[in-house]
Amino acid sequence: MNEPVLEIKNLNVDYGLGDQAVHAVRDVNLTLHRGEVLGLAGESGSGKSTLAYGLTRLLAPPGVVSGGEVIYHPEQGEPYDVLGLTDRQLQAFRWAETAIVFQGAMNSLNPVHKISTQLTDVLAAHEPQMSSHSRNARAREMLKLVGISADRMDAYPHQLSGGMRQRVMIGMALILQPQVVIMDEPTTALDVVMQRQILGQLIELRERLGFSVIFITHDLSLLVEFSNRIAIMYGGRIVEEAQAATLYKDSLHPYSNGLLSSFPALRGPRRELAGIPGSPPDLKGMPSGCSFHPRCPKAFDPCADNIPVLGRPDTPDGATRTVACWLHPVQQTVG
Amino acid sequence: MTLSPEAEAPANEVVLEAIGLTKHFPVRRKLRDLFNRTHDAVHAVDDVHLTLRRGRVTALVGESGSGKSTVARLLAQLYPRTAGDIKLHGESTRVKGGRQFRQYAARVQMIFQDPFASLNPVHTIRYHLTRSLKIHGNAGSSAAELEAALSNLLTRVSLTPPERYLDKFPHELSGGQRQRVAIARALGADPEALLADEPVSMLDVSIRLGVLNLLRDLKERLNLAILYITHDIASARYFADDTMVMYAGRMVEGGDSESVTQSPAHPYTRLLIDSAPDPDRIAAMLADAEDRGNGEPPSLINPPGGCRFHPRCPMAMPRCTTDLPVRLEIGDQPGHWAACWLYDEATVAAQPPGSAATGQSPEAVTVAADAHPEEVR
Repeated sequence: MNEPVLEIKNLNVDYGLGDQAVHAVRDVNLTLHRGEVLGLAGESGSGKSTLAYGLTRLLAPPGVVSGGEVIYHPEQGEPYDVLGLTDRQLQAFRWAETAIVFQGAMNSLNPVHKISTQLTDVLAAHEPQMSSHSRNARAREMLKLVGISADRMDAYPHQLSGGMRQRVMIGMALILQPQVVIMDEPTTALDVVMQRQILGQLIELRERLGFSVIFITHDLSLLVEFSNRIAIMYGGRIVEEAQAATLYKDSLHPYSNGLLSSFPALRGPRRELAGIPGSPPDLKGMPSGCSFHPRCPKAFDPCADNIPVLGRPDTPDGATRTVACWLHPVQQTVG
Repeated sequence: MTLSPEAEAPANEVVLEAIGLTKHFPVRRKLRDLFNRTHDAVHAVDDVHLTLRRGRVTALVGESGSGKSTVARLLAQLYPRTAGDIKLHGESTRVKGGRQFRQYAARVQMIFQDPFASLNPVHTIRYHLTRSLKIHGNAGSSAAELEAALSNLLTRVSLTPPERYLDKFPHELSGGQRQRVAIARALGADPEALLADEPVSMLDVSIRLGVLNLLRDLKERLNLAILYITHDIASARYFADDTMVMYAGRMVEGGDSESVTQSPAHPYTRLLIDSAPDPDRIAAMLADAEDRGNGEPPSLINPPGGCRFHPRCPMAMPRCTTDLPVRLEIGDQPGHWAACWLYDEATVAAQPPGSAATGQSPEAVTVAADAHPEEVR
């Protein structure tokens, strides 16, 4: 569990160039360990999806990775920097080593091709020596794994329900047995009952196949339940990172606190909740200092001028978590 | 300024009532159907009873496709109804358009889900609010009165100072601010009832509660009746006084929010609550919510006979497959009911719960003939 599989070091992602550039992701340091579910939470515009696209080099222009490293540790062999791969190496890396389940995955299937064609396409591209018979067998096996009966192989996407399409997408992501699966809001468009079934299935598959997951969502209560560790992003930076249970029970950053108390509880006493005042920051006019300070109830002197660094706080469990807030003086910076 | 400053109507007065409300959408006929007489229809809403009272929030919870938005649109008279009745202050109303519709809209206003789409991008906030005030005769007689009414509206939705927002275009505001403008526009008609169709689901998590708290505050100050439509049962518990649960076009359970969410009676409500994300539960200990149907609601063109939930229900009894369940009192709290045969003692005694869930044929067990459940409306 402690062996890293993906290390993100000082990653910066901009949209646009020069003075016009908008810094969507700034100085992100994050490590994904083998077999772990890492939750990445934040509001829209916090840079969580941009981070995922940046580290897989899927950013479309004007998005540019303007600095940093993404070190990938394959199961065998030497670790390498994903950002330094040539096009050909990148082609082999994508999907075979890291796969993505996109936001609104239900609409990312091609409507004019059968499910079977779309699943076997992946195999044809990455394992050309495979016979078409074994490709089909593999696709069928994959569908069974995600809970779709094999007789739906020849269905078109419109013949499947939203939940089934999402399952097909997850199956497609797992078909080459990647080490890392990035899920960008995979269940936002689904109903809660379906969401729970799909996530339950995903956890089961992860235990069986042993891949790591980066799970991006705005639903923090979902992450607390399903992930091992959670990183919270605000204004392009990671503001806090800790074990899921730790973060839920005693979060240090005021933004994490606010986010946690934005979800009404279904059980326990009924409390008055306030959410967070103000509105999320505009990336074009980011506040100085800590980008959360205009909305922060605990803001004090240094917040407006100095950007807090992400580091280990001086709490008893400080060795296992990081936070970027002037309220919690940093013992040791990361990165 | 003719907006009612404070509530003058008595609290708990019934404003809007739906009785047996039904909506079927006809399905386009194919060529091969030309010679037969069957007319297929989507049974979007069937036999819905609903009461909106002054000063109370009623939540309507359901998955997508359960018909909850159709109920709101029927209540707003945006769709003609197939059957049933809508009573405004006890008077049956059916409006088609024109002056009648405006009179109705002055009393019942709707807030839509997507504030990015419900405001016209080429007009300013001032235009949107002025139109609402003028159409419903609340603009006063002079420019100064109009100006006062406008800033009063924006102050009510906590967009202060009003001058900063009046001449902005929708794209200059954030999602939460836009939804507040949409609420202000609804308030411009000085309505008695607000129908809020997923008012916060398109907003960022951190600002959702702000908008819900604003609606609650308005409800208390203006004594509004609010219908809150949502798919998030936890927010219904937080925000609403009463909660109704819909499944596949029918109401399955209702009562005050606390008893519906804390002691759910209908198997579907239980499934819904077990499926909601809960940070206090750890994934490893996750008890699988019981669902035999792959999480999918039935087709509404040919809905299942009897209870519409029976194909997925782990407690299904033979009677569930044939007879439509009536509203039965649960008995733990006054007003808490469920449309489920599990609460009919005679049925449960004759047919053990879950007996039809294992694939037994409904004919194998005879339906208890002496079942006379006490029906509640």
